[in-house]
Amino acid sequence: MRLAEAARVAAAGLRANRLRSGLTMLGVIIGVAAVVVLVAIGTGTRQEVERQVSGLGSNLLLIFPGEASVTAAPTVSRLTLDDAEAAARVVGDRDRVTVQVTSGETVRAGTNSEFTSVLGTLDTSLGVFPRELSRGSYLSRSDVDTARRVVVLGSTVAEQLFPDRDPVGRQVTIAGVRFRVVGVFAPAGASLGVNRDDQVHIPVTTAHRLLGTDRIDAIAVQAPDRTRIRELGDRIVAELSQRHPETEFSAVTQEEVIGVLGEILGVLTGVLAAIASISLLVGGVGVSNIMLVSVRERFAEIGLRKAVGARSRDIGVQFLFEAVLLTSLGGVLGIGLGVGAALITAALSPVPAAVTAWSMALAFGVSAAVGIIFGVVPALRAARLDPVAALRSE
Amino acid sequence: MTAAIEAEDLTRTYQIGAGTVAALRGVSLRVAAGDYLAVVGPSGSGKSTLMHLLGGLDRPSGGRLVIGGRDVSTLTADQLAELRNKTIGFIFQTFHLLPRTTAVDNVALPLVYRGLSTRARRQRAAAMLGRVGLGHRLGHRPSQLSGGEQQRVAIARALVGGPSVLLADEPTGNLDTATGDAVLRLLEELNREGVALVVVTHDREVAARARHQIVLRDGRVVDDPQR
Repeated sequence: MRLAEAARVAAAGLRANRLRSGLTMLGVIIGVAAVVVLVAIGTGTRQEVERQVSGLGSNLLLIFPGEASVTAAPTVSRLTLDDAEAAARVVGDRDRVTVQVTSGETVRAGTNSEFTSVLGTLDTSLGVFPRELSRGSYLSRSDVDTARRVVVLGSTVAEQLFPDRDPVGRQVTIAGVRFRVVGVFAPAGASLGVNRDDQVHIPVTTAHRLLGTDRIDAIAVQAPDRTRIRELGDRIVAELSQRHPETEFSAVTQEEVIGVLGEILGVLTGVLAAIASISLLVGGVGVSNIMLVSVRERFAEIGLRKAVGARSRDIGVQFLFEAVLLTSLGGVLGIGLGVGAALITAALSPVPAAVTAWSMALAFGVSAAVGIIFGVVPALRAARLDPVAALRSE
Repeated sequence: MTAAIEAEDLTRTYQIGAGTVAALRGVSLRVAAGDYLAVVGPSGSGKSTLMHLLGGLDRPSGGRLVIGGRDVSTLTADQLAELRNKTIGFIFQTFHLLPRTTAVDNVALPLVYRGLSTRARRQRAAAMLGRVGLGHRLGHRPSQLSGGEQQRVAIARALVGGPSVLLADEPTGNLDTATGDAVLRLLEELNREGVALVVVTHDREVAARARHQIVLRDGRVVDDPQR
């Protein structure tokens, strides 16, 4: 019963000076809204990344030299096509394996040119990384075997070089060497930060001749069996380590990529939330400040209440309740504002934002906690007031 | 008959900066049940301090004080609060009503700390306001009431818990003569119904209305004429 009464008195206290309560609440509202929006952005980004990685296929295995760690320095690759063939033998199916070697080069067609990413790869690429072609066809096995100078253009490159003509069958030069266009990709958008429309694919054997190297940057495998994917990765790495004893290799599954990225983005979200919480802290200090002023203004009231029988505890609870009510109300409004801002962000900008029930519950919990933490000092001040001195201060 | 309040050689000293101030230097008195007592003296004589002690709002520095049959030196702060709630009714010169609260809720305040429901509290408060002649002003706020009406609300509040002693500190100090007179008559009426009344005042005429008077000067009793 006393709690209901305390709530009623707290509400009356807030209502007594609406402008002041509102302005104090604003600090909390903004703080909570900031936390909600930033957590939503962090969560949305993580969900988006996970979605994109999932879109690559759940059986994907990436093998590359060096440690699979975000903090490790990149290792110079000594992988060659022979290693890829060895990996294919381990997998047992050539069609499930592809390679990649990348270089940035200028591609020209007549007077148009574009500096883009040139990928040397195998005919099996489309099987491992499915993509759609809008025109023509992909590289063929014979193209690879004979190191034919053929190229498949990404949609952006095609538009840049052949704005008004069908590129298939036409000639382009890559790093000064003439190539024939055999196909054009349909627009695919960005994936994990790589703009797949600003790329061209050529046979890896041709790339080796063009670039004067025989290295492979990575081997990608579509594992036949998802449940044994780890085992397969280990076997491939063992095989490669045997062939290159001085180098460490890593095999990373898509789940692991999601896991690592998820962890990184989770930490990032946490950092964003912590930064936003600083503003909530400032809001809390404002609450403390105003509550202390309120207590001072109501010295006579406190003295009177004690005179008619209020215990110190009753007074303390009354003022603590007021602070908690203030911040909780601010929390609810802040959540509303934050959710609105997150939804607008997601709808009107490329930044993703996902609001989850737990983040809202957490924000509310934190706002109530802020009320308790920052309301304690004023509440204690009020509770410990000597009633005689308080009554005299009228 | 047990006394409502018994005080023996009360002293109250304060630390002010480096020195001490003795507001009371050994005051003894007895408030019998249903008694009507005036504590009179000039300002600074310690009469407000005495009233706060008699009401359990403050603790004496020395001496023995028994309120409602209980020795205050044996009571905790919470127990004293309960004693005030059940035994004492305070009436102040400046009324001390909650400004943003209706008359009925002002009167009901002591019952909040007894844990009564809102409805029960308001019922008893309304009855008490009727008793002091303000049954038609239940929903008014203090700013909508005259000084005399505000003091009567304060009296109703002091009574609502059924105390054995009313302690009134300069109850007519902020009122004009006619209104003040009416308030004193109300208090005396209530006294005749059985509640002890202690009026603290600097006004000799007000003090003369009481059955007993205690005169204070510089924290000591100087005169104790019986009527």
